[in-house]
Amino acid sequence: MTILIYVLFGIGLAASVLGSVALVRFPDVYTRLHGATKCTTFGSIFTTAAVIVYGFARGGAAHQTLAIHSIIALVALLLTNPTGSHAIARAAHRSGVKPVGAVVDRLEEES
Amino acid sequence: MLVFLATSIVAFAAYLLLTLPSGTVGLWSVEELVAGAVLAALTGLIARNVGFPAERKERRAMLRMFNPLRWVLFLVYLFGPFLFAMARANLDVAYRVITGKIRPGIVKLMPELSTDLGRTLMANSITLTPGTLSVDIDEDTHALYVHWINVSNTEPSSREVCGSFEAWARRITE
Repeated sequence: MTILIYVLFGIGLAASVLGSVALVRFPDVYTRLHGATKCTTFGSIFTTAAVIVYGFARGGAAHQTLAIHSIIALVALLLTNPTGSHAIARAAHRSGVKPVGAVVDRLEEES
Repeated sequence: MLVFLATSIVAFAAYLLLTLPSGTVGLWSVEELVAGAVLAALTGLIARNVGFPAERKERRAMLRMFNPLRWVLFLVYLFGPFLFAMARANLDVAYRVITGKIRPGIVKLMPELSTDLGRTLMANSITLTPGTLSVDIDEDTHALYVHWINVSNTEPSSREVCGSFEAWARRITE
């Protein structure tokens, strides 16, 4: 069980690190959003999953509460994260930020 | 009335989940059950028009989601095709982060979904997957504008951009 928790933490950590590196390496707000919001969400899913596994594995009322609250946190994360990154992208496009090096921009052509 | 009850039931379920191991009536204490019922009724009164839109078609689409079979389908989708697509897209973006090979662009999709709920599910799935990000939606034509990190085709079908997400959104919500 301990090994499973470490593996989940490892995957989560790797995804979060990649997301952070993407923030430095990508050229504009849209591509950075890909790294900074999605990869870190993937990371958070796995670190939260590790907490859930730990909570149920330890047992007892306090740890079960911890696990259940983590599940609710995970649901909230899965609902709010796409909404937030969509709002940032939409606001950026509306205030005139052009995607750098874009091969096509249908939204600009049609609005 | 139906909408008030539906909202209250969801709020009560959420409250019960948050206070799970607390007492002796089932798994909960009497105080928590009473407080939960009162708060759920209040929430239903205040928020009934938030979760359930006024338009008849959208309202029926939300009420359809109370069918447990649709929840099973949703969970199958979440842990099957969605998680798999997300893991694969993460590896793909990881490769692009390291090598810097990107061909970004905003492409247009025309999802053939009849309700806002289905379109929301599809757009959220697209945004949660690394490499694709829904930027805007046209309220009249329901065209979805997606920022795609590796544009291989400037007139893509939804299958090229997001795999089976559209088919699953239709299966779950319609």
